[in-house]
Amino acid sequence: MTFSIFHQLDNWARNLAPFALTMLSLIIGNMPLHLPYFVPLGISLPMISVYYWAIHRPGLLPAPVVFLVGLIGDLMGAAPLGVGTLLLLLVYAVALSQRRLFFGQPFLVVWWGFMMIAAGAMSLGWILSSIVGGGALDPKPTIFAYLMTLALYPALGDLFARAQRSFLRSA
Amino acid sequence: MNLRGGSAVRLASAKAWLHRGTFVLLFGAAFALMVLGKADTPLIERARVSVIDALSPIMEGLAKPIASVRQLYDNARDFWSLREQNASLKADQERLLEWQTVARQLQAENDALRAMLRLVPEPSATFVTARVVADNGGAFVRTVLVTAGLRDGVRKGSVAMTGEGVVGRVAEVGEHSARVLLLSDISSRIPVTIERTRDQAILAGDNSDNPRLLYLPHGSALTPGDRIVTSTAGGAFPGGLPIGQVVAIQDGVPIVQLFVAWDRLEYLRLVDYKLPGVLQSGAGKLQ
Repeated sequence: MTFSIFHQLDNWARNLAPFALTMLSLIIGNMPLHLPYFVPLGISLPMISVYYWAIHRPGLLPAPVVFLVGLIGDLMGAAPLGVGTLLLLLVYAVALSQRRLFFGQPFLVVWWGFMMIAAGAMSLGWILSSIVGGGALDPKPTIFAYLMTLALYPALGDLFARAQRSFLRSA
Repeated sequence: MNLRGGSAVRLASAKAWLHRGTFVLLFGAAFALMVLGKADTPLIERARVSVIDALSPIMEGLAKPIASVRQLYDNARDFWSLREQNASLKADQERLLEWQTVARQLQAENDALRAMLRLVPEPSATFVTARVVADNGGAFVRTVLVTAGLRDGVRKGSVAMTGEGVVGRVAEVGEHSARVLLLSDISSRIPVTIERTRDQAILAGDNSDNPRLLYLPHGSALTPGDRIVTSTAGGAFPGGLPIGQVVAIQDGVPIVQLFVAWDRLEYLRLVDYKLPGVLQSGAGKLQ
């Protein structure tokens, strides 16, 4: 009896891993890294996390949770409210709809998918922020942010894969 | 068999509908948020403040190891250049001593002149120093979070500075955290004076590292090297705080370089000059 309760609790905690990792990537993405010559670039780590889990374990990161993470990110970042939320949802929805295409594929294919989807999301983000901000923003930071996010995908994706193997093996 | 297959299909399609419904609802909510955010209601500001208040202790905890690694690196680097630094510091000290004499003379003269004029003394400023725990700088916005808030005497409109110059203004204050809107943010507009010519202008951020100067008077001839300082117009800043300098003129447009090193914002001084600023008096209402 007690065993089964603990077992359930354990399972439940393990299943929180995708959400916890997405939140952690949100917080870490907002940290000042103080690297020399490194201006804030607006790398979107949660975008990587949402894409990864949408393909590998969408059941553990449902759409309302993605919305919540986006909302917290928007409130934290003082960016135009709703824009980040919309982008995360979009990445999630597109990745989920193309899941069959990417699931179980070699890493390069999955990365290529992220490249495409993130490009669309970032461009839309730039357009929406320009509309909300009332004037075309300088596109350069967005392009840098996109390239940096793209470059970080392999490292983060690998980390998530390790987490998935160690936390969610039994589930 | 057939029946079971049919109900499974029906169940699957019902699930798909529910799924689609959730997405439509959530996308709608995100759009609603955008409209709501544009309206800038106090409700949203309160939500923002409580989120940063809740998350700032976590971020502070996470920031500490990063800070110590960085300190180690800085120490090692300083150690290698000890001799050069020492020489340059000695030269600096000599130069500064001369300036100190000049400053003392000027201070005395200033005091004497003020006494003659019966000038009303300006209210004295108070300040706190706070650690930067998050830079939400990015493609769309330029702000940082600091670990001091209402509890520590930070007010909306307080001026954020480093030793080099003005960084920005406090835009939102929580109980123990605050958000500083940097001068480079697209919504930052502050009145400035060109130190040499005394021309007034508005320094407008555009999310790039080089803010623009708006509303310069016609025929104002700026040259590279002109210093830009705060202006008292609008009552948001005391005059004369260093901001940046003109580094080049491109097609008649001055390019401004700020004095602040953006990659090294670790601690900020938040100064409350007790001015009847624009921000305290409600949105968009000038005094």
